[in-house]
Amino acid sequence: MTETGRRGGGSGNRSRPRGAVSIRVATAGACVALLLAPMPPTVPPARRPATPPTGPSPQQSPLSESAQRGKVVYDKWCLECHGETGAGDGAAAAFMLPRPRDFTGAVYQIRTTASGELPTDADIRRVIDNGMPGTAMPAWSGKLSETERNDLVAYLKSFSTFFEGAAPTPLEIGSEPGRSADGLAEGRATYETLECFKCHGDAGRGDGPSAPTLRDDWDMPIRAADLTSSWTFNGGSGVEDIYRRLRTGLDGTPMPSFSDVIEAGVITDAQLWRVAQYVRSLSPERPPAPREVIRAHLVSGSLPAGPADSAWNGVEKYYIPLVGQIIQKPRWFAPAVEAVWVQAVHDGSTLALRLSWTDRSNSPDPAWDEWLAAMATAVPEVDGSLAATQGPDRLTIQFPGRLSDDLERPYFLGGDRQRPVHLWRWTSAPDAVEEGAGSGLGRFTARAGGHQVTHQSRYDRGEWQVQLTRSLASSDSAEAPSFAPGVLVPIAFSAADGSNGEDEMRGAVSAWYGIYFDVPTPPSVFVIPVVAAGLTAGLGVVVVWRAQRRASGRSTSEGS
Amino acid sequence: MKQLALAGLTVITVGAFGWYRGGDDAPAGITGTVKFTGTPPANPKIDMSEEAACAGSATTDPVVTVSNGNLADVLVYVKSGLPPGAAAAAPTAPAVIDQHGCLYRPRTVAVMVKQPLEIRNSDPVLHNIKAVPKKNRGFNISQPREGMKTTRTFTTAEVPIPLQCNVHGWMHANLAVLDHPYFAVTGPDGSFSIQGLPPGNYVLEAWHEKLGAQTMNVTVPATGNATANFTFSAK
Repeated sequence: MTETGRRGGGSGNRSRPRGAVSIRVATAGACVALLLAPMPPTVPPARRPATPPTGPSPQQSPLSESAQRGKVVYDKWCLECHGETGAGDGAAAAFMLPRPRDFTGAVYQIRTTASGELPTDADIRRVIDNGMPGTAMPAWSGKLSETERNDLVAYLKSFSTFFEGAAPTPLEIGSEPGRSADGLAEGRATYETLECFKCHGDAGRGDGPSAPTLRDDWDMPIRAADLTSSWTFNGGSGVEDIYRRLRTGLDGTPMPSFSDVIEAGVITDAQLWRVAQYVRSLSPERPPAPREVIRAHLVSGSLPAGPADSAWNGVEKYYIPLVGQIIQKPRWFAPAVEAVWVQAVHDGSTLALRLSWTDRSNSPDPAWDEWLAAMATAVPEVDGSLAATQGPDRLTIQFPGRLSDDLERPYFLGGDRQRPVHLWRWTSAPDAVEEGAGSGLGRFTARAGGHQVTHQSRYDRGEWQVQLTRSLASSDSAEAPSFAPGVLVPIAFSAADGSNGEDEMRGAVSAWYGIYFDVPTPPSVFVIPVVAAGLTAGLGVVVVWRAQRRASGRSTSEGS
Repeated sequence: MKQLALAGLTVITVGAFGWYRGGDDAPAGITGTVKFTGTPPANPKIDMSEEAACAGSATTDPVVTVSNGNLADVLVYVKSGLPPGAAAAAPTAPAVIDQHGCLYRPRTVAVMVKQPLEIRNSDPVLHNIKAVPKKNRGFNISQPREGMKTTRTFTTAEVPIPLQCNVHGWMHANLAVLDHPYFAVTGPDGSFSIQGLPPGNYVLEAWHEKLGAQTMNVTVPATGNATANFTFSAK
């Protein structure tokens, strides 16, 4: 607890945050759960299409020395997910979406080579080194030595005879044209020409009309990338990375190569670069870093009128990453909502929160029935099957049921009977907010005292924007916590996408964070510096004056 | 006189040989019709309302197409029995598959190894074409413009290779790659004709994406066609 409170902000807060510790604990808990999850004996084998990969039968030629060493590394670190024969069917595979890579067909997403070509050794190494963001594949560069990683490349290639005698060569690419506003406009126009929006959506959030029907080569549902989160791009987030993905496609996924489009003269190579620049421009310059304390800024004048109010544009955004709820049954391994952006302001008496997050559907949406059906066959049934129909989208904000001076927090996953939580639960259908107490995930008691929270929601091209407003002081502190300027209050978030089969239990959750309510700046803050400056200046004048007098007195006496 | 007789004999011999050679070039192959009996399985419904340019093109996915009892989109090919060296060089003329009305036409297309497959887009919308083979390398390319043509070849015999469009999830086609030219795909009349086969005994297979495969032993005579009629029924 020693390092807590460093972001508490101001000396006026009577309580200090313990966010850092709890986040680590929660993350560790989630990791432990993830590791333990595949272990129960009830785990079914990963569901794969009935047709096993035939083709050139693997491992016909003897393993090279490097591949033999790679096998040792593979069996220790990779087998649990990718399986003994490299078919992507390890014990943990069924819990992952997307599934671990099947190496037997030598179909690799991230390459520098043309669509359908084999990857180079360096291509495979890059994925081992950097992992695949947004999937269960971690980066191994810090964990395994360079030799071990090279040996792994040799061993992975032995899973498919396609590599025998093959010498894949990278596509030659030019250099990126300079960036400009006109270039971005051309990129946007080309985005439309190429109909990227069919899958990725008009605003790039992966909510295009074809998105609910997308399947990978193994017939698993696959999401169109949310182009507004470049840090989740599998092949890297730079303009050149994106350009390469456009040229090579992502084999095994619905994402095609656009090289032929240039050859056919439909667009120029420069225009494809412009698309890459445009796509990059949809994400923040830098990947967002989660911060432990959300500042509710004090505003003078009126609070924003709704989630679309332009007043929100100038308000700091906090990035809250979410992870699948994989602790309490039914667990959820395929969350659709990756993060929530939070903004907060207050005017001394009322709090306004704005939450925005990528959700590819305004659930329930019949266009997504097909997606839900695909999810139902893709996720393991160990924790029961998914609902047959789509529920609403959900966003829940969680506070401790009772605020204590030492910031004692309830169990992060919905509290428990000893220490309940206070919840604001928004649903898309009906578009409503419930307030009440939670004593564990799925145990909710609506507040008897009526509504204090007002809300407005808006769905815009793959993004939910919800504004929640409540007076800082609660009408009944026993039922709902009161907030006040200068106070830090624990806060946590969870979200669910109904069309993804998510509900009260199955969804994505955050650890505890804190929300700090800015204090009004007292007048003394402005007066004291002026007085101090005046006094200092006055003192300086006196000192100089006296020194000059003394000096002149001396010179007078010397001269006489 | 003797010389004349010799000349005459030569003429007769050459002529006879020529006649015999001509027999070799005469139609020798397999013809037949693929029939369907019973009630065809219902084709899955498709909803093209998302795509204005194609809306109304079809309301069902033509997996099984039967007209007057004749079954279309059946690949008929020599499965075994070819003498060594019987496989000719790959035709240079491409086999063509078109995307029109947000459907693949034809539904089933066959090429020989190394024979070009020309993929056309006759729709004013984006299609991506993804091939998901096991023995060949796949590809996933895009055709965002009407009139675009892309050519691909394949290295290894493989039946079938699924073709699909991810923009329009209902679009599926079957590609067959064979290491010889003795194959055909039935049209709406269910008929097929495989020509140029050396005389001999063959195993012929008729393959349909939903109705499965049937094989038949066929003897191709030195001249003329052997007949092979297949009949499928609902599985």
